[in-house]
Amino acid sequence: MPLTLEKVPGHEERVILSMGPQHPSTHGVLRLVLELDGETVVRALYDIGYLHTGFEKSFERLTYSQDITLTDRMDYLAPLSNNLGFCLAVEKLLDLEIPPKAQWVRVLLTELTRIASHLVWLGTHALDIGAMSVFLYCFREREEILKIFEMVSGQRMMTSYFRIGGLALEPPIGWLKRVEKFVKIFPDRIDEYEDLLTRNPIWLKRTQGVGVISGDDAVALGVSGPSLRGSGVAWDVRKSHPYSSYDRFQFEIPTRPEGDVYARYLVRIGEMRESLKIVRQAMEGMPEGPVKANAPHIVLPERDSMKTSIEALIYHFKIVTEGFHPPVGEVYHCVESPRGELGFYVVSDGSPRPMRCHVRAPSFANLQALPKMIEGRLIADVVACIGSIDVVLGEIDR
Amino acid sequence: MATSSDLGFFLLVTIVKVAIILWVLLTAIAYLTWLERKVIGHIQSRWGPYLVGPHGLLQPLADGVKFLFKEDIMPADADRLVYWLAPFIAMVTAFLSIAVIPFGESFELRGHVIPLQITDLNVGLLFVFAVTSLGVYSIVLAGWASNSKYPLFGGLRSSAQMISYELALGLGVVGVLMISGTLSLRGIAASQLGFWRLGGILILPRWNIFLQPVGFLVYFMAAIAETNRVPFDLPEGETELVAGFHTEYSSFKFAMFFMSEYANMVTVSCLATLLFFGGWSGPVFGPGWLRVLLPVFWFCLKVFCFLFFYIWVRGTLPRFRYDQLMAFGWKFLLPLGLANILVTSFVLAWIHS
Repeated sequence: MPLTLEKVPGHEERVILSMGPQHPSTHGVLRLVLELDGETVVRALYDIGYLHTGFEKSFERLTYSQDITLTDRMDYLAPLSNNLGFCLAVEKLLDLEIPPKAQWVRVLLTELTRIASHLVWLGTHALDIGAMSVFLYCFREREEILKIFEMVSGQRMMTSYFRIGGLALEPPIGWLKRVEKFVKIFPDRIDEYEDLLTRNPIWLKRTQGVGVISGDDAVALGVSGPSLRGSGVAWDVRKSHPYSSYDRFQFEIPTRPEGDVYARYLVRIGEMRESLKIVRQAMEGMPEGPVKANAPHIVLPERDSMKTSIEALIYHFKIVTEGFHPPVGEVYHCVESPRGELGFYVVSDGSPRPMRCHVRAPSFANLQALPKMIEGRLIADVVACIGSIDVVLGEIDR
Repeated sequence: MATSSDLGFFLLVTIVKVAIILWVLLTAIAYLTWLERKVIGHIQSRWGPYLVGPHGLLQPLADGVKFLFKEDIMPADADRLVYWLAPFIAMVTAFLSIAVIPFGESFELRGHVIPLQITDLNVGLLFVFAVTSLGVYSIVLAGWASNSKYPLFGGLRSSAQMISYELALGLGVVGVLMISGTLSLRGIAASQLGFWRLGGILILPRWNIFLQPVGFLVYFMAAIAETNRVPFDLPEGETELVAGFHTEYSSFKFAMFFMSEYANMVTVSCLATLLFFGGWSGPVFGPGWLRVLLPVFWFCLKVFCFLFFYIWVRGTLPRFRYDQLMAFGWKFLLPLGLANILVTSFVLAWIHS
């Protein structure tokens, strides 16, 4: 049964509007039930589950290595951040040491992912508010990032490039040149988006003072990521619980105190610039060395060694047919995905498949803040608010 | 007294003119959609239509064929008559106003003077305003008859918006009327022919834009709102109200709304040209036939510039919110229009006294 709102006695003139799941600006298949007084939203409910895929259950049916492919498809705008979160959780369980080059590449690629994801956010958010061109400009630059992903992993979106114990394969020769090209042009492109929006009077009118949520409320509702930092709380997993060598990089956490749509917009724009800084640092300080941990019972061997070494062949056979056996136990590991704190809680019973895997998806928690933002505001603001919390439904309906 | 042969000739000429203008207008609308897609495409660093014909030039034709053959769906509980009527009202009102638009001088054929205009009403401007006001009905009725919530909101929004901006639209042109002293569009355009001279040197064409810049600003902004274009495209604000008042319309009935919107764009651009930019005034030279055609060319060029500007705005700006739009209309455009009238009348009184 789809959710619905009952009319309040005495207010029969109010309209109950079902917005979504098929609606141009509910970003996927989010459904909202709005009680409207004229165009003002009196009450709001969100209805999720239209994209339910059963990812968390599927985790239990596949081996740890195979599970990585599921993480890509949860937050399909930031596949590499999800790969990283899951890999780090399992690596924590296995107590694996990851070689520095793999860590650096991981940082570089997840920051590019953050930029790519923020570009989709900016484009669709601007489109929701009626600025059509920004959308296509953003996708133009995102395409460059996707080409980099394709270059390293062979896939534009469902990369599955990070593996337990390192990377799937050595990045190709010359890939850093491609990244450098992007790093060179991108600051100008951010300026271009800002020229169109940041001081545009209509944009300011549509976003300033809209969808305000205080820092305390945001924390209480479990909001994380840029949506939280837009309310003045400088909390970022990369700084508070550094992982994958993030403590070796210099970067700022952009925050804004206002807590409105415009603040969240500025925070994400600032994050794109900061991510670029990290990418530049990762590129310049890229260490040499292997990209896979020295753990033959977990990491697949090189093709060449399989032809010369019987052990490599046996390990390959074991990992592919059965998987590896992590120790019994449970771990939680979180990363800062473009949307906020993305945590993987993995329970192992010693078998090659996780006994349970729960995902703490940032969109799921961030969506809770939506009714608070939109109640008492106009329909047009609903659209601006949905855009500003940047939810991905694949991650919500796991 | 006109003889019967005179009357026959007049009728024939009028019918031919109507046919030609209708054909030109429909073609212009079709290619305006092509132009919009091309221009927006290039603004957004992509190509726009490219596959149907060279540079996608046959795209409008393909669109038309597509609309004709699409299934026509009507919501189950729609008010059938009104649902049918609304797109027709939209079309008729959008096309009717073109009847009084002059687009050039006149020429002589077999001793008859034939003006390049279907008919020169002495209240031409009022006629245009009256007819375009009726266009609001189509949107309100479409929104209401669809028996669906999104169109209803779209219809309500647009009725409020169009009524508000009609006022500003009217006030914007009052200054021009006071200066030219006529309501006939041909008269207004004719009053702007020639140049202002300073010490025998031509400095500026006698266009009203130089006398009424504020009036033009008010008119033009209100005109964008009146035709439901970005940044005032709230009635159909697609990201909020799906498609606004025509959400439930499909097939050719949708195409009629679509065409009427573009026809309205052409109309308000024609009006802006006639009222503020000297209509068909421009350099005229050469043999007789060229002297007839050149003014038409200048007129079309000016209208084209306006249309291009419309498209350009669409590629650049976000959309207003409903309450902000109303505030902009009532608290900014309307007082500005009134102040313009006041100043203009004081200046005119001072000159005449």
